[in-house]
Amino acid sequence: MPCTGRVDIIHLLNAFEDGADGVYVAGCLEGECHFSTGNIKARKKVAYVKKVLEAIGIEPQRVAMYNLSSAQGQRFAEIAKEMVDTITAIGPTPVKDSKAA
Amino acid sequence: MIVADSKPLQEILAMVREYKKILIVGCKGCVTVCNVGGAKEVEVLRASLMIDGKKEGSPPDIDTMVIERQCDNEYVETLRDNIDAYDAVLSMACGVGPQFLSEAYPEQKFFPAVNTSFYGGAVAHGIWEERCAGCGTCIIHYFDGLCPVARCAKSLLHGPCGGSADGICEVSKETVCIWDTIVKKKIAQGRIEDLFVLQEPRDWRTARDGGPRRSIRETLAE
Amino acid sequence: MSDLKSGSNLEKVLKAGHFAFTGECGPPRGANVEHFTEKLSHLKGNVDAVNITDNQTAVARMSSLAASHIAIHEGLEPNFQMVCRDRNRLAMISDILGAHALGIRNMLCLSGDHQTFGNCPEAKNVHDIDSMQLIRMVTQMRDEGVFLDGDDIDLPPKLFVGAASNPFADPFEYRVYRLKNKINAGADFIQTQCIYNMEKFREFMKMVVDMGLHEKCYILAGVTPMKNAGMANYMKKFVPGMEIPDALIKRLKGVEKAAQPEEGIRFALEQVEEFKEMEGVAGVHMMAIEWEHKVPEIAERAGMLPRPSV
Repeated sequence: MPCTGRVDIIHLLNAFEDGADGVYVAGCLEGECHFSTGNIKARKKVAYVKKVLEAIGIEPQRVAMYNLSSAQGQRFAEIAKEMVDTITAIGPTPVKDSKAA
Repeated sequence: MIVADSKPLQEILAMVREYKKILIVGCKGCVTVCNVGGAKEVEVLRASLMIDGKKEGSPPDIDTMVIERQCDNEYVETLRDNIDAYDAVLSMACGVGPQFLSEAYPEQKFFPAVNTSFYGGAVAHGIWEERCAGCGTCIIHYFDGLCPVARCAKSLLHGPCGGSADGICEVSKETVCIWDTIVKKKIAQGRIEDLFVLQEPRDWRTARDGGPRRSIRETLAE
Repeated sequence: MSDLKSGSNLEKVLKAGHFAFTGECGPPRGANVEHFTEKLSHLKGNVDAVNITDNQTAVARMSSLAASHIAIHEGLEPNFQMVCRDRNRLAMISDILGAHALGIRNMLCLSGDHQTFGNCPEAKNVHDIDSMQLIRMVTQMRDEGVFLDGDDIDLPPKLFVGAASNPFADPFEYRVYRLKNKINAGADFIQTQCIYNMEKFREFMKMVVDMGLHEKCYILAGVTPMKNAGMANYMKKFVPGMEIPDALIKRLKGVEKAAQPEEGIRFALEQVEEFKEMEGVAGVHMMAIEWEHKVPEIAERAGMLPRPSV
């Protein structure tokens, strides 16, 4: 994706529907979006998905938004680890997909 | 246009959780324009119900479709071939949609996925506001095109009431006191005398109070 | 006396040119008549009429019609309040006729606080007609002896009809015109919102007098004595359409807490003194909210006693 602004609610939900334990969106730093507000839009969509998960009874921490610049490789690794730790602590998704591969 | 809002997901789940084969029907009319019941929202609802079903260990079969308008039998008819294949149908149209569907298909069960709110328009991206109460006898010519029936919290015809402060309604800080707007517009145009007219009590028969309404275009009706 | 509209004590007091003094009492939040009559007892003999509020602040209470009847029984003249929020025109007409049958002779027509402020915020509101139209309807019933559809009323209800005016709501420059509209609709008397900003009220009354409205209608200035600085702060912050000058809050805060009630009463008494002299003001409406027992003292110190017998 060229920009997190392209991320839609349905993309995030599809991931959970297919059995993802967690999903995070890594966007540019706020105020530094090349398309001006793509990352802000993504943040709102992540917040929406958190509400959907909550309503269903799934931990909202399974979806998260992070902001970093493309030069922050180290930070990217940290975030990935942070997300993995969060999900590991919560455990696997309760979404059981019998049809999924 | 008719403006609607999504029903809380839990409310929808409570309505349809027991059904195994579900059809979600969106509408390309008003609810698409106000981003609550068009193609995108239909998919989001489908995915949400699937995630829930899988979590509960019994995912339903869900099909989706979006028709031109659920308030028109011509389009409602397009569901006929497959409607019997479902245990329940969720309509994402305004309150009119599920009723047209329900009347066309008496054997099927229909559920609303949105709360139909008002007649209004978008005042900013993602923000809609009420403008019309559909009372059946428009009187906004007295008020420079602004409607106190729909927009005054007390539907006053001789406002503003004592709760108007700084142009804002006492009921909500988000709500403009429409009477303040009307008065200021009249003053600015030097036509304050227009507001010295005592309005007769309204005839609410043309509103919902007279019973469900019907509109006939004689040149078209057979 | 034949040209009296209702023959109520309040009407006679005003017509005779006396400076009127009315009080206010809210019906109980329950069926406890004793509690209500106890509050009323402090007003008896000290006011010309007592406003019996109608589900004020949108909190459901004993009906203003029933409570007005109880007031008559207790020897007070009620000013029966009716809001447009809770009744459609059918209910209004029947309560107006019922009020007259029960001996009620004054009525105050109001829009009503919005129901979301009260204890039934989920309620459907009515607003079939608004306060302006209610004034017209009840005076038409009285003067022309007809219902809205023009049918004759078998014994028209004779009520002295009042309305409210809030000089402190916005837009200020339009307030006097809204008052004028109420007078044109038929209002016999006006009771204003509680006044604290005297400067603004003087300005308002000057417009009233310049337009000659005080000659068409009796205007009673609303006064609610502050019990303390906290009450003043609360009203400033939370009561819509209420204007509390900082100087008043400062004045109340300027004395120790125990002396604040007395300071509040003093300010109210100063207001009454000014109203007595103010052109166009025909009386004072004293709303001592949940402070009814202070009314005898306030009336005495304001020089309002004894009340004229007309």
